Amino acid sequence: MKKSIITAMTAFLVSSAVPAAAELVFPLLSYRTGAYAPNGIPIADGFSDYLTLINERDGGIGGEKIKMIECETAYNTEKGVECYESTKGQGSLVYWPLSTGITYQLIPKVTADGIPLHTMGYGRTSAANGKVFSHVFNFPGTYWDAASIITKHMMDVEGGSLKGKKIALVHHNSAYGKEPIRTFEALSEKHEFEFITLPVDHPGQEQKSTWLQVRKERPDFVAMWGWGVMNQVAIKEAASIRYPMDRFIGVWWSSNEGDVLPAGDGATGYKAIALHNTGTDFEIYKDLEKHVISKGLAAGAGDHIGEVLYNRGFMQGALVVEAARTAQKIHGVSNITPAMMRDGMEALKIDQARWAEMGLANYAADINVTCENHGGPGLAAIQQWDAGTQKWTMITDFVGADRSIVDPLILEDSAAYAAENNISERCN
Amino acid sequence: MFLFDPFFWEVVISGLLAGVMYALVALGFVLIFKASGIFNFAQGVLALFAALTLVGFQTGQIPFAHLLEALFGLHASHWGEGMNTVLALFLSLVVMIGLAWLIVKIVLRPLVNQEGIILFMATIGLAFVLEGVGDLMWGANVKRLDVGLPEGPSDFLLDNTGMFIEKLEISAAVVAIILVVTLMIFSQYTKMGRALRAVADDHQAALSVGISLETIWWVVWSISGLVALVAGVMWGAKSGVQFSLSLIALKALPVLMLGGFTSIPGAIIGGLMIGVGEKMFEFYIGPMIGGATENWFAYMLALLFLLFRPQGLFGEKIIERV
Repeated sequence: MKKSIITAMTAFLVSSAVPAAAELVFPLLSYRTGAYAPNGIPIADGFSDYLTLINERDGGIGGEKIKMIECETAYNTEKGVECYESTKGQGSLVYWPLSTGITYQLIPKVTADGIPLHTMGYGRTSAANGKVFSHVFNFPGTYWDAASIITKHMMDVEGGSLKGKKIALVHHNSAYGKEPIRTFEALSEKHEFEFITLPVDHPGQEQKSTWLQVRKERPDFVAMWGWGVMNQVAIKEAASIRYPMDRFIGVWWSSNEGDVLPAGDGATGYKAIALHNTGTDFEIYKDLEKHVISKGLAAGAGDHIGEVLYNRGFMQGALVVEAARTAQKIHGVSNITPAMMRDGMEALKIDQARWAEMGLANYAADINVTCENHGGPGLAAIQQWDAGTQKWTMITDFVGADRSIVDPLILEDSAAYAAENNISERCN
Repeated sequence: MFLFDPFFWEVVISGLLAGVMYALVALGFVLIFKASGIFNFAQGVLALFAALTLVGFQTGQIPFAHLLEALFGLHASHWGEGMNTVLALFLSLVVMIGLAWLIVKIVLRPLVNQEGIILFMATIGLAFVLEGVGDLMWGANVKRLDVGLPEGPSDFLLDNTGMFIEKLEISAAVVAIILVVTLMIFSQYTKMGRALRAVADDHQAALSVGISLETIWWVVWSISGLVALVAGVMWGAKSGVQFSLSLIALKALPVLMLGGFTSIPGAIIGGLMIGVGEKMFEFYIGPMIGGATENWFAYMLALLFLLFRPQGLFGEKIIERV
């Protein structure tokens, strides 16, 4: 009797630990609770809805159904690592932890475990060097690309030169917020502008002193690397001191509707860099309505669809699904492994024709990942908020970063990482 | 001379006004600690819960809409256009009073005569529960809170002095003054106020003259709910209503360490000192040492005071007789 119970329990544990055949497992390390939940929820919903759409409309990827495992991190690094450890044995194909802190912890782990890590527009910038970081991908753009593209836009506004100008960076006082400082410093040397940093401690609810410094220093432009409530307070404070909002430019994590709405009309003119378009004016959203929302299968209440961060999660879903398709093509099998998924990510190419086929015409820039370049094209556009219509409008095309500044920094940082960790370069 | 620096007085005034905002949160802690000896870790979450409830009523949100949809397939998030601010404020206060009753009945009554640390741990649990319930009831979206208070810099001060002083913060200062005066009058001149002070002085003696401890706790937690509502409104109007609002409690801790856990004037003076101190330090010293000094400076200032007055500036001196 005892033996049969043990056998049954073992069979149950084995069956629950190993995915059923013909299932592609995509873990979702989300944060739907805690101080950063307003940001985490729409992204998780967008990702989840995209995968549900692929299952409902297409029957999965290449005939294989998708299984999503969601694990709550609360934007906490320890919990994020626990989520990784508890889900990696379930056949997980790729992780995207949505946190720079969790990313730094997972980089050595995923490399050892052979599972790809995709940090879209966050994480360790120098992971763009695929020669050193074999399992980490940060396409379609990095923080250093963002700093460069924002600076380019400032130059355009100033008629082509920033010489003698002053740029302030208001940033979250964390690894994430400090990430672009090196690039801005290099850019300030090249373009001869003065660069100052104004750090804001977590969570950023009180920023009076920071904005008094802005008034004292009178920068010509303010760039922002914020997250959560810090964004809302900063935009309100900037509007309150009547800082010209069209000279205030946020990174793509400081551009959610929830960041600008609390400031009301004062937020009009605020700009942010964008990895993708916003709104629902794309063919795929008709399919989403038909196959997911109308069937009551949407991940959330449906009140975030088309918002910046929802679309970010949606795009994240699209990228991992396309990478899985690529992996299936490369290896000629439908039930791919994490190692095959890595190969798919490294060979991912999405041009405008493919975006259009996916129902996402003009949604984002071309994606082109190679063995050497895991950061993809490094393209982004600038969008501007209008409080009257409560909409973002793209005011530039997708443009590239100044590679002469960004690439040497990537090489320098990744070489240091390779030396510290005794990593031999690949892709030769 | 720094007195003639155009920013000096602006830093001082901004610090004083920020200090009032900190004091508003600290007041809730003091009221409960005075009456029951409980350090209420959930005070920040109470402010968040009150603000969420107010916005919910204002915007006509259906509470637990997501849960109702998941359980019964009810696809409705709003019952209408919402209600006017005065009615919404009144109903939010009713909810906070009801919540106070529930807390006393469910959390505190079973723990009567337990050690202070146990009651403190219970309030930590309460904070987590309330945060979860608030999320389930009203959702985690960032919400704009507009109760009709003026926003933006005061044009009068800007034109006459060149200082950017937020009208919202001036309003918060006025509201805080009214609140403190009302609390003091209530405490000094009403029968219930005297009963509260009696319980604060000596629980056993108060019980022996027929004061109901449970009723007193309910009244105190209700008043604390009112203070949380005011703090939630002010902070919510400033930064939007979202879940990091509960972290304002962290700003109240150094205020309490400095002003004392049992003194209402202490909470006010402590708030003002922390507000001005952190702003001055951040503005004048911060740039020399990398900035972002406000959070740790407040605690450092409080710790310095603790070295000389462990009970805080206005706290009651603890005398242990052997």
